[in-house]
Amino acid sequence: MTTLSACPACAAAPLAERVAAPRVAQPDIILSLPTIHCAGCIAGVERSLRTLPGVKAARVNLSLKRVNVQTETLTDAQLVTRLRDAGFEAHPLDRSVLDTGKDAEGQRLLVKLAVAGFAMMNVMLFSVAIWSGASDSTRELFHMISAAISLPAVLFCGQPFFANAWSALRVRRLNMDVPISLAILLAAGMSLYEVLNHGHHAYFDAALSLTFFLLVGRYLDHRSRRAAHSAARDLAALEVHSALRLTKDSAQSVPVSDLRVGDLVLIPTGVRVPVDGTLISLEATTDRAFLTGESAAVRSLMGAEVQAGEINLGAPFKVQATAVGADTTLRRVAAMVEMAENSRNSYTALADRAAAIYAPAVHLLALFAFIGWAVIGGDIRQALNVAVAVLIITCPCALGLAVPAVSTAAIARLYGKGFLVKSGTALERLAETDTVMFDKTGTLTVPASKAVADLLTPRQQAVARALAQSSTHPVSRAVLAALPAGEPATLSGIVEVAGRGVEGLGTEGLVQLGSGAWLGAEFEGPGLRIGCAPAIALPLTETLRAGAQTAIDGLRAQGLHPGIISGDRASAVTPLADTLGVADHRSGITATEKHTQLQTLAKQGHRVMMVGDGLNDAAALAAAHASVAPSSALDAARNAADIVILNDSLADLPLLMSVARAATRLSKQNFAIAALYNVIAVPVALAGMATPLLAAIAMSVSSITVLANAMRIRRVK
Amino acid sequence: MNILLILIPVSIIMGALGLCAFLWTVRSGQYDDDAGTSARILMDDDDNQPGRN
Repeated sequence: MTTLSACPACAAAPLAERVAAPRVAQPDIILSLPTIHCAGCIAGVERSLRTLPGVKAARVNLSLKRVNVQTETLTDAQLVTRLRDAGFEAHPLDRSVLDTGKDAEGQRLLVKLAVAGFAMMNVMLFSVAIWSGASDSTRELFHMISAAISLPAVLFCGQPFFANAWSALRVRRLNMDVPISLAILLAAGMSLYEVLNHGHHAYFDAALSLTFFLLVGRYLDHRSRRAAHSAARDLAALEVHSALRLTKDSAQSVPVSDLRVGDLVLIPTGVRVPVDGTLISLEATTDRAFLTGESAAVRSLMGAEVQAGEINLGAPFKVQATAVGADTTLRRVAAMVEMAENSRNSYTALADRAAAIYAPAVHLLALFAFIGWAVIGGDIRQALNVAVAVLIITCPCALGLAVPAVSTAAIARLYGKGFLVKSGTALERLAETDTVMFDKTGTLTVPASKAVADLLTPRQQAVARALAQSSTHPVSRAVLAALPAGEPATLSGIVEVAGRGVEGLGTEGLVQLGSGAWLGAEFEGPGLRIGCAPAIALPLTETLRAGAQTAIDGLRAQGLHPGIISGDRASAVTPLADTLGVADHRSGITATEKHTQLQTLAKQGHRVMMVGDGLNDAAALAAAHASVAPSSALDAARNAADIVILNDSLADLPLLMSVARAATRLSKQNFAIAALYNVIAVPVALAGMATPLLAAIAMSVSSITVLANAMRIRRVK
Repeated sequence: MNILLILIPVSIIMGALGLCAFLWTVRSGQYDDDAGTSARILMDDDDNQPGRN
């Protein structure tokens, strides 16, 4: 009997390890599909890939928004093109940055949850029999079987709590897992002692249901956070980590980590520069938005310094590396981000603060109960029994669920609204902020073109369309996006002049689309010239991001003080701030200054929420009390931010704030509910009147109340 | 009460079977994509092989 009943838990342990082991068969290509959301998308993606010759199998994972494709002949570029034609946005993912796609931690928790649930149900059956009057040898038999099931199950399933408790105790701190582990282990150990000594009360069911309920909390917490994490990692994996190194006779593709100072590197159009270096080609046009926050093409001539992270907008150019790897400007900023993040990790979560009060109180209470009963009653065994009853009935269960239940519900709610919450304490920190600082370029504004259509005749539009669509330059794309749909004109001999524009031959003669200076006109921005007619300026100014006004008004109504902190010129920042009605605006701020200004604000007692997207914001994002980045942000900024907005709109920021505040409020309410239960139950336990039945009821009722209260976050407007 | 000697092992074995079945579903990756699995029941040409990726 004993061997049989102990078997499932024992059998489950090696099984769990096999579950955690990575699989051998790897899919060949993984693509990220940020836009898929329904059954139709799954079917569409899979069908279009499977009908492609060379694809063996394709399977979409909707939770992770990815597709795994098995193919031996096709490249990821071919698959991306195929999906783009079918109407799905797709990005190849770097497999070395991704995990293997398997959620080993989640599976381990799920296995433990299943074992705990199985053991709890069986033990509960015996407990019900005992509570309803089984006595003498029957009770002893039932207790024995319960012990045989519970002990291995508790030892196996409680591991996550034991490990956390141990790591906290080792650095002489108390967290919620310390009283949890103590209650589980003491309840099981005390019950075993009682059973061996033919006692009446055993708390096996309490130990197991405690484990089970807490594992439910842990699993939910893990699952909602995993969705956010994998998305963040997907974004990081989008960066390609190889470069073209030029040798005497050929260009060779090598990993960026293999580049050395002095190497010649070729930067193709549209690619990020991997090193700091000196420009060897005659001229180059790059986008330095990541450093300055200003998205504009910058022209540099031979011998100029080029920094890692710039994007080549023009013709391919060559760079001789002067700094690689950790010495590049890019990495130095990244190191600053890391330092700021470390200081933030010292933030004490609400649950840990509660545990710091709760744990010693409960332990002292149990100790006093033990001493009191031992001195007055003189019966050590009974005294120990009462002490264990106090530990169990004070129910760390409700306390352990109080925060995870609320944050799980809140994170799920926010995920539905397009927010990825990356950090466990992000919502708590967000709820405490009183100031919100926005970056301008890329955050409050998106570069877009005004209605160019009004300025041009249909023929001019057709010519502009034909010229714009032949170039991949961002300005050409912006022009193309601004033009209404239609047929392009038929032009011949279209050539792109690096850093200037595009030209071709039409029925009117030479047609050109490019910078004003190149067209011989007065204006600076892009323009169109057809034949001998004067050039027409195409105003392409950045526009407000959708919902920016709503967000600022909403956050102000919630009592936050809004501000703009931008690397851009004052002449660009001031009009925008006036439009949005923001009095506090700072312009021409570099990445380092943003960081120091946020620190100054913190010293003045403000708790700042930072919203930004560029590399120049990354350090500020990490230094802020809480931070948010749009999904269009660079991955350095996304990684530094606590929360990533997946939508293009900022309009839901006030909702984010109210959910964060509600989450903190509900967590505190949950602590209050748990405390209230203790006020009622503890005197009963201290009086020595607690029975296992009473403990089981108290535990279930308090856990369910706390869970139900957490669900109220769904109703926050 | 001798019936207990049969019924208790029977109930535990049945419970253990359920547990093993659940562990199998975990191992074969049937919880890897909850959102996708719930959407796939609407597809006509679904291959009925959850967790193949």
